[in-house]
Amino acid sequence: MDGGARLVTSIEAVETGLDGFGYIASRQIATAVFLAQRLNKPILVEGPAGVGKTELAKAAAQWLGLPLIRMQCYEGLDESKALYEWKYGKQLLYTQILKDKLAPMLGESEGLEGALAKLHGVGDIFYSEQFLEPRPLLKALQQPQGAVLLVDEVDKADQEFEAFLLEVLSDFQVSIPELGTIVAPVPPLTILTSNNLRDLGDALKRRCLHLHIGFPEPKLEARILATRAPEAAEGLRRQLVAFVQALRGLELKKLPSVSETIDWARVLVLLHARELDTQIVRDTLNVLLKYEVDIAAVEPQILAMVDKAKSDALTPNYGVAM
Amino acid sequence: MSDVLLDFVRAARGTGIRISPAESIDAVQAMHALGWEDRAALRDGLGLVLAKTAEEKAKLAECFDLFFARSDMKRPEAPEPEPEQDPSVSDQQPMAGAAGEPQGVGGSVLGEMLRAGDLAELAARMERAAEESGVRNISVFTQVNLYARRMLEQMGLRELDREIARGGPAAAKLRQGRDWLRGEARALVERNLQLFARGETEKYREEMLRRARLSSLDRRDVERMRVLVRAMARRLAARYARPRKHARRGMLDARRTLRRNMPWGGIPFRTIWKTRKIEKPRLMVLCDVSGSVAAVAQFLLLFLWSLHEALSGLRAFAFSNRCIEVTEILARLPIEQAGAEIMVQVGFGSSAYGASLEDFDRLAMRELNHQTTVLILGDARGNRTEARADLLRDIADRSKQVIWLNPEHPMAWGTGDSDMPRYRPYCKLATHCATLDQLERVIEDLLRASA
Repeated sequence: MDGGARLVTSIEAVETGLDGFGYIASRQIATAVFLAQRLNKPILVEGPAGVGKTELAKAAAQWLGLPLIRMQCYEGLDESKALYEWKYGKQLLYTQILKDKLAPMLGESEGLEGALAKLHGVGDIFYSEQFLEPRPLLKALQQPQGAVLLVDEVDKADQEFEAFLLEVLSDFQVSIPELGTIVAPVPPLTILTSNNLRDLGDALKRRCLHLHIGFPEPKLEARILATRAPEAAEGLRRQLVAFVQALRGLELKKLPSVSETIDWARVLVLLHARELDTQIVRDTLNVLLKYEVDIAAVEPQILAMVDKAKSDALTPNYGVAM
Repeated sequence: MSDVLLDFVRAARGTGIRISPAESIDAVQAMHALGWEDRAALRDGLGLVLAKTAEEKAKLAECFDLFFARSDMKRPEAPEPEPEQDPSVSDQQPMAGAAGEPQGVGGSVLGEMLRAGDLAELAARMERAAEESGVRNISVFTQVNLYARRMLEQMGLRELDREIARGGPAAAKLRQGRDWLRGEARALVERNLQLFARGETEKYREEMLRRARLSSLDRRDVERMRVLVRAMARRLAARYARPRKHARRGMLDARRTLRRNMPWGGIPFRTIWKTRKIEKPRLMVLCDVSGSVAAVAQFLLLFLWSLHEALSGLRAFAFSNRCIEVTEILARLPIEQAGAEIMVQVGFGSSAYGASLEDFDRLAMRELNHQTTVLILGDARGNRTEARADLLRDIADRSKQVIWLNPEHPMAWGTGDSDMPRYRPYCKLATHCATLDQLERVIEDLLRASA
């Protein structure tokens, strides 16, 4: 762990560290990163889309000064795309080019068996590291300083892949039949994210620290907004947060998450809004809500909600605690 | 300290969280990393290591608070008395007795402490007594008094009683103190009961429910049942929705590789591997909601709804004296309303299987193909209407298989107005299905066979 990676001393250090790179971590998130470093365990992050699961990995990589290696999962992803592959094309090309060199070499030898014996010596050259195409997982294990490995949307991968991932994550080593076992000099800080598309296997969950990131508290969201969209006036930010928080209390198909709040704040800044009003909310509601039904459900309530958000914004709940 | 943690793990298991030994080792490591002082951090940390869903996290946090609420008083001095706990217990009694002697009361240890108002020490003693009397093994609430009594005796209640009986100026105050002690002891035992015994009873109830007949369920169990059914449907669906394309890595598809590499003169720059396609079976479910199976129908509908939630491409039909498609209702409404809505539309009538099959013939016969599995849930009691077994034969011919789940025992098939024997020849599987366990087994087999 002492490699090049910064040694994490306390939960507070994580909090301030991530804060420095624009990621406002809740106490749980900071604890998770701290424990992951200490126990050398991957973190499995679950939660609705847009609450900053992927962002966490990015911020952690920046803060720790490590390369971020990202692996996006999808159905049909397999070892050859995740771990390594032989550069078949290069191998073929080289054999073609080297054909001329091989011919005289083999020609000198006596008979078929002699030629074969010589070929045996040559064969291994084509299965050396030069012909190995490392994919994200292997790349993360090979980093001399360690790395932040982000396995994004692991729930989209197949069950078989999940089992395979398990093997890699438990020991941070892989074996390549032609080369032997590759052990990570420094275990990477691994972050897996899941949108709960399907239930992940118990075995995988057991190997990981399980972090659930939900929608943030008003105070936290206000802080996030302050870092991510500082160009918005503070009064506007408070109202924004109050409005979005109220929106999450409604029965909607898809609730707006933090990323939508940030987008909305930026949109409102572009439109030179100083505070919320019914007209502007109606015009920009499609930034927050992604379904026609949701917009239709909220539209008649906008007037009341804007008023409520304005009065809520004055309570200390939405204050920016700095 | 790790003993305390192991007790906590046991308590957490009681709330229904599954914790493996490996995870409890992780928990110990996490505790060492986080330290014992920062309660909130420890709770977060244990939540990260032990709980694997958001619900489990909430449960664990609740359990954590309950568990550590009791050690609040003793915590600051906890590490110190534990190693020397045993000698101190045996030493203290004569010592305290000697200390009491000069006052001329011959007071008990407990009396002494009560008089001195040493709450911290009392609480610490009570904890110790609780440990020694094995209060953590409590399993039913009737044991509360027993354990409370045992604990107090361990603490020296008998001597206190004697002192009170002897009377004296402080007797009234001591009596008060004794009552207070009793109350505290009971509260402690009850907390333990809540912590350690909850899992047992819960587990027992669930097990019973899974085996209980669907037709004879209590109203108050419905909510619990709903949770069970949903969990089951989700489990089944997870297995069912497995990917349909399997790559067989290592098997080169020579034909396609050659074709793909024509531009390079047949030199295989781009390799193509063989894949295996697994066809996704399609499911059509017909559910009887007539009066004769009304009690069961509620759960069948619930099951149907949960399955629908988890599976795409499921088509659902409900029938009594006629048959309608309810796929859309299931999709549109939450379960309570969907069930009621279906019941309003077709429910409670006397069933006519022939007519319903005719309706189905019109509604969906054309869409049956060799991938479709038709699942019928019903008792096959058609009230002496025409059975139209020929329609079922058509369905069986056109589809992959017909499966009939009957809430009646096979002994009753064919008695009275049951048309089961007539339908049976066309079913690949006709089976008795009256409990949740049976339902799960049947559906599981079905999905495995067709996967």
